[in-house]
Amino acid sequence: MNPVNYLYLAALLFTIGAAGVLIRRNAIIVFMCVELMLNACNLAFVTFSRMHGNLDGQIIAFFTMVVAAAEVVVGLAIIVTMFRSRHSASVDDANLMKL
Amino acid sequence: MSGTAVHSLWTMAAPAADKIPAPKIEYTQLSPVLIVFGAAVVGILVEAFLPRKSRYLGQIAVSVIGLAAAFAAVVALAARGYGTTKAHVAAMGAVAVDGPALFLQGTILLVGLVAVFTFAERRLDPKAHGRKVDSFAAQGSAVPGGDAEKAAVKAGFTTTEVFPLLLFAVGGMLIFPAASDLLTLFVALEVFSLPLYLLCALARRRRFMSQEAAMKYFLLGAFSSAFLLFGIALLYGYAGTVSYSGIAAVVDGTAKMTPALAATTGNDALLLIGTAMVAMGLLFKVGAVPFHMWTPDVYQGAPTPVTGFMAAATKVAAFGALLRLLYVVLPGMRWDWRPVMWGVAILTMLVGAIVAVTQTDVKRLLAYSSIAHAGFILAGVIATTPDGVSSVLFYLAAYSFVTLGAFAVVTLVRDAGGEATHLSHWAGLGRRSPLVAAVFAVFLLAFAGIPLTSGFAGKFAVFKAAAQGGAMPLVIVGVLSSAIAAFFYIRVIVLMFFSEPKPDGPTVAVPSAWTSTAIGIGVAVTLALGVMPQYFLDLADKAGVFVR
Repeated sequence: MNPVNYLYLAALLFTIGAAGVLIRRNAIIVFMCVELMLNACNLAFVTFSRMHGNLDGQIIAFFTMVVAAAEVVVGLAIIVTMFRSRHSASVDDANLMKL
Repeated sequence: MSGTAVHSLWTMAAPAADKIPAPKIEYTQLSPVLIVFGAAVVGILVEAFLPRKSRYLGQIAVSVIGLAAAFAAVVALAARGYGTTKAHVAAMGAVAVDGPALFLQGTILLVGLVAVFTFAERRLDPKAHGRKVDSFAAQGSAVPGGDAEKAAVKAGFTTTEVFPLLLFAVGGMLIFPAASDLLTLFVALEVFSLPLYLLCALARRRRFMSQEAAMKYFLLGAFSSAFLLFGIALLYGYAGTVSYSGIAAVVDGTAKMTPALAATTGNDALLLIGTAMVAMGLLFKVGAVPFHMWTPDVYQGAPTPVTGFMAAATKVAAFGALLRLLYVVLPGMRWDWRPVMWGVAILTMLVGAIVAVTQTDVKRLLAYSSIAHAGFILAGVIATTPDGVSSVLFYLAAYSFVTLGAFAVVTLVRDAGGEATHLSHWAGLGRRSPLVAAVFAVFLLAFAGIPLTSGFAGKFAVFKAAAQGGAMPLVIVGVLSSAIAAFFYIRVIVLMFFSEPKPDGPTVAVPSAWTSTAIGIGVAVTLALGVMPQYFLDLADKAGVFVR
């Protein structure tokens, strides 16, 4: 199978993730969409790695996974604290500060 | 078939082990970063093993010693010529040790050190149950106003974790402008962003706002770093490598062609979209329009010492990375990125200056002013001349100390609810406490770029570089928006000195030696860089050559 197809899939996943971040209102889902974007990046890295025949991309994919895990730790901590104090995880409710 | 023959069907002798070269790490040249991360880890151990009472002093000692030692290491490296003649790329091509990197690392370390002083302040907030408290939440996880929080305050808990978090952030920021491949760039970005998200959520007063700021910063920051990462993937796909020199060689057409490379380099879309997305991630961090939306909310909601640190140090680190990307990786396609950067710079300067005029909150005002300043610095970045680099370096050093000092002053003006950040509360401050108002006026004049302050020297250097680099329209827009910006800086000064103080106005708290030192350093650097900028301009000039 032509590896370029995987690139199209990566771009599609990335777009779905980005659209989700912009449309969805629940902070957890927004965050999951960000993770989807990171996974799309991973797919692109691995595909390019295969196309170029070097291992850099595959190694970067591991780094991305570790970074994504660290991001989950920090992100869930913030979102859960927010939910506990407001009883809502909606990003629309976070509107104390306005112009 | 004999046993050995069967065995050899699916096994083979291990290849000689000496074929894998061990990576060579130059520990001495990376010592500033290693010292800071070491201190951060020690800070975590302090948090784990020291009794609560002694943690505060322990953490301050670890942070101050760590940052000072790292700064000494930077100076030692620069003195041994790593900034000029011995500049090279260390750690197997991952981290550059050169003039701009050392200059920015020195700046970030000093900013971090002064920020530790503002973090350590414990005299401003009224005592809780007879114990001095700082500006951070008693317990970050406790629900605001809930029983757990009351118990934590009563027990005298304090969040001393902020010091190791600050050290981790500083460590990431040290690598960020020195990163010499895109993977290091991404990891450094996350290493300094994640602690900052947490620090934003830890205010003692107005915790709802603080948590909201942290969530906005986190979601938007993660969103932008995903864009950065996809950009990195596309650039990797284009060039087949993530090292800056490798990509630069492919862009310039001097790289050795392989069949795979021939297939991907034919596709300019990979290069252009990848560049755009990486630049987007970096422009988000510097707070350039149209990626600036998070700045005012986060600056307002975060605890003020954190805001000062974030506003100063993040900008230094992110502009360093942007400079290196544009000057080392992509000089070959500057005809593609310059027009876009022109637009971004013009928008940033104008939007920052114009929207700031309408602000009624000091912290938001300073946030929009920081956006306008990002535009001025971008004008220097666009120059693409050696002068451009040195002027940006100088501007960053000057700007970061003014910002730190200004936010430190904001922590002093208080009423019953904590900091009184609404501008109307600042009316008549100059009559009530002339010294604090005068110091704040110095910082505002430096922001406005009035002669004899560091702001003037920085702006002059940046605009001169931009004009010589053929960006005259940018300079005109820059001067215009400086004039708009000067209007609202002067308005605050007029408000402080020439209007009657309100009877129920805020009081100016008397700080301890920590904040006094921080503000003193801010004023001293502002005036020193303003009155005799030549020495520092020369220093920035000498440090202005990137290694490739």
